[in-house]
Amino acid sequence: MSAVSTAEQSTYQAETKFGRFTDFVDQRVGGSGILKEFGRKVFPDHWSFMFGEVALYSFVILLMTGTFLTFFFDPSMAETHYHGSYSPLYNVEMSVAYNSSLNISFEVRGGLFMRQVHHWAALLFVASVSVHMLRVFFTGAFRKPRELNWVVGGVLIILAMAAGFTGYSLPDDLLSGNGLRIIDGVIKSIPVIGTWISFFLFGGEFPGTAIIGRLYVLHILLVPALILLMVAVHLFMVVVHKHTQYPGPGRNDRNVVGYPLGPVYAAKAGGFFFIVFGVIALMAGFFTINPIWNYGPYDPSPVSAGTQPDWYIGWVDGALRLMPGVIGAVDGYRQHFEFIIFGHVLTLNVLLPALVPAGIVFTVLFTYPWIERWITKDDREHHVLDRPRNAPTRTAIGVAGFIFYCVMWAAASSDLIATHFKVSLNDVTYWLRALFFIGPVLGFIVAKRVALALQRKDREIALHGRETGRIVRLPHGEFIEVHAPLNDYKRYRLVSFESPKPLPAQPNSHGVVDRKERRRAKFSTWFFEDRVAPITPAELEAAHAHGHHGEVESGEETKSLSH
Amino acid sequence: MGNHSDGSSTSSSTVATAGQHDEGAFQDPGIPPHRPRLADKDPKAAKRAERQVAVLFIVSVIGTLVFLVTYFAIDLTNTSTTGTIGLQNMLLGIGTAFAMLGIGTGIVHWAKTLMPDHEVSEDRHALRTEEDRQAAVAIADTIIEESGIKRRPLIRNTLLGAVALAPLPALAVFGDLGPRPDDKLAHTMWAPQNGKLKRLTRDPDGTPIKASDVTIGSAFHVIPEGLNELESGKLNEKAKAVVLLMRLNPDELNPSKGRENWAYNGIVAYSKICTHVGCPVALYEQQTHHLLCPCHQSTFDLTHECAVIFGPASRPLPQLPISVDEEGYLVATSDFHEPVGPSYWERDEHERRLDS
Repeated sequence: MSAVSTAEQSTYQAETKFGRFTDFVDQRVGGSGILKEFGRKVFPDHWSFMFGEVALYSFVILLMTGTFLTFFFDPSMAETHYHGSYSPLYNVEMSVAYNSSLNISFEVRGGLFMRQVHHWAALLFVASVSVHMLRVFFTGAFRKPRELNWVVGGVLIILAMAAGFTGYSLPDDLLSGNGLRIIDGVIKSIPVIGTWISFFLFGGEFPGTAIIGRLYVLHILLVPALILLMVAVHLFMVVVHKHTQYPGPGRNDRNVVGYPLGPVYAAKAGGFFFIVFGVIALMAGFFTINPIWNYGPYDPSPVSAGTQPDWYIGWVDGALRLMPGVIGAVDGYRQHFEFIIFGHVLTLNVLLPALVPAGIVFTVLFTYPWIERWITKDDREHHVLDRPRNAPTRTAIGVAGFIFYCVMWAAASSDLIATHFKVSLNDVTYWLRALFFIGPVLGFIVAKRVALALQRKDREIALHGRETGRIVRLPHGEFIEVHAPLNDYKRYRLVSFESPKPLPAQPNSHGVVDRKERRRAKFSTWFFEDRVAPITPAELEAAHAHGHHGEVESGEETKSLSH
Repeated sequence: MGNHSDGSSTSSSTVATAGQHDEGAFQDPGIPPHRPRLADKDPKAAKRAERQVAVLFIVSVIGTLVFLVTYFAIDLTNTSTTGTIGLQNMLLGIGTAFAMLGIGTGIVHWAKTLMPDHEVSEDRHALRTEEDRQAAVAIADTIIEESGIKRRPLIRNTLLGAVALAPLPALAVFGDLGPRPDDKLAHTMWAPQNGKLKRLTRDPDGTPIKASDVTIGSAFHVIPEGLNELESGKLNEKAKAVVLLMRLNPDELNPSKGRENWAYNGIVAYSKICTHVGCPVALYEQQTHHLLCPCHQSTFDLTHECAVIFGPASRPLPQLPISVDEEGYLVATSDFHEPVGPSYWERDEHERRLDS
């Protein structure tokens, strides 16, 4: 292409100092296009959009504190004796990794603080990724054209858990060592290759002397690099698609309404980074997390009661706890869940809970956009979000999945629930086993009914206005509560949603309704049969005509806004 | 077109009124008119907001100073206690929190009170034009067509085969990540060495246990004699060999055939490694004679040879056959008769070999 600065010298002179600086950079690197594209790019604003930001910012904080920690951490499993300032462990035999973790905590000024920030930020990272994902699901933000970005998000949550778990194990303390041992036990249950994978992972028998170094490489190199890559792809797609927006007056699938990036949105989002950092710093300053010096170095013999994994691993651990290994009495009928098949061991009591629930959750998670698309036959682009109540069946599916997850998560604390509420541990487990199956079904039914009820409430308000709390006595003695009609903007918020009807089976190109299509139609009925339609102007007209005295009398409050 | 470069309040309600003009749907009234904030109308309020922002930034400066003072004034020496470290950690936290929250809340407050807050609308553009869309498909088709991959299945299939096999070396080079498992999991340190039976010793100090020390109702955490003296691989051996030793009334034990002489005077020894996923089964309930794994709550009944009575484990804990030597110390008469710990694919094979 033609050179940037040849013969024709522009006479343009920026007037302000900052303008001249911008121009200087622009003339050398040509950033004007980027600035023009992004400088005033419009971003919709909503509190629920912040979860993704929290995730991004906690990841940045993780990178910063993590880098600091690598300067002092030594991932070796060689044996050493502790000679640091924490007297209870003086001269205790331990690994170099644990020793250096103690030194970071007690010898390096600010080291404990960095560890605390790192750990809290990690917990918050996975939490915010999860909540962000829930937000995206319940608002239908995964629909076309964002299905692939939803998948990238699913990969990110797996990577986030992987990053968390590999990091959790590094200090080589008693607690994390037991966690690794559980992982080893689960790996060994894998048919055919389990024992080999275990030996390859640990460089021999558990615990060996290799695992910490290997996890360290995964934790500080491979996993964060993959997360960075995925975050870049994730954000790139956000730019390509532009952000979704909540429904409301002036918003539709063809526009994006919000604040310009510079200065307002950038200031809010940028300022928010510091707020996230500040909150994590407060937590790190005041609340101890993972006090490894209390646990002691890893030793295969002791274990403390009430041990808990970090929260995001809880659901997998809980699933392990829920599965019964044996059904029946010791001296009566007995069914084991470990089977010997052709001389080989199939230990379903470990394999099933380790694979099946996670398998269900992630399979549904990754395929859901396509499942819903198939059922609804909706091939349109969606940039306006659904309020969760306006998609009752999807919301119910989400709640069912959430409860499925939470039951397993609660099961990871079954012993603490038992001791805290002074109930039998066995009973807690039996209840949770029942809830594992019943909970999602109940959750589905209740959530769907709640969503439909909220939709009906919206209809009521849109038709008859909001309750003002003003009781008026009419001349003939009747008491009524005055309802104030909504203005156009508020009403539009309540009526501007789609409520599709079930889509009957359609003939294909040969004019035949095939079996698959009939099945789809059944799903469509299931998905859409319970529906509350938004009110129409005619209905509103009718409601007014019926003469709700209250409304008519208190009409002064609105209208005029539409000049 | 959107008017996003403008952002003035007069125009914000004029854009994007194009609702779907469906029959029977409400028409989109457009973006609600901008409501001026206090600081937009009242210069005094604007000045006040400005000062608030400045105060927040100054709070940040103070936070930074608190951090620096804490860092340099509280020195960690060998005499510093956990109290000092806790105090330093807390003050560093407070300093950082103020430094960060001061900047963060200051900027957000600034944005919310003083920067223009007109919502503006911008058009979404299609990801690509309809022509581009069709052109792209045509190009993709042309590329495939010109490559001839569809017409020449021989090339396609051999390529697929080659590409499928090519990563195998990349897998194979990981072959030295670990040794072959062989039957390492089937053996522990309890096997008698050169005909000498291993004594049961206390965990962690390794002192031998006399049968007479074990009173009814007591429990010992046990490691094999010689474990602490191992030069290397101590944790690996310990991870398999740890044992729980308990003494019950002999009448309460119900040994199965062939195991009658595995206990001594009501003293029994069981592997401490849970048969579920390998946690140490560390809790002994004296009254009920139950052993409980604190990780996943598998419960084993000592009176029934540690059969599983609750929880996710499926197999009983392996029993270590014990006796006493001539000095009255407890010894293991042999290794475990089955592999300890969690199940694995080859476990049954190993068990049959150990039993014979």
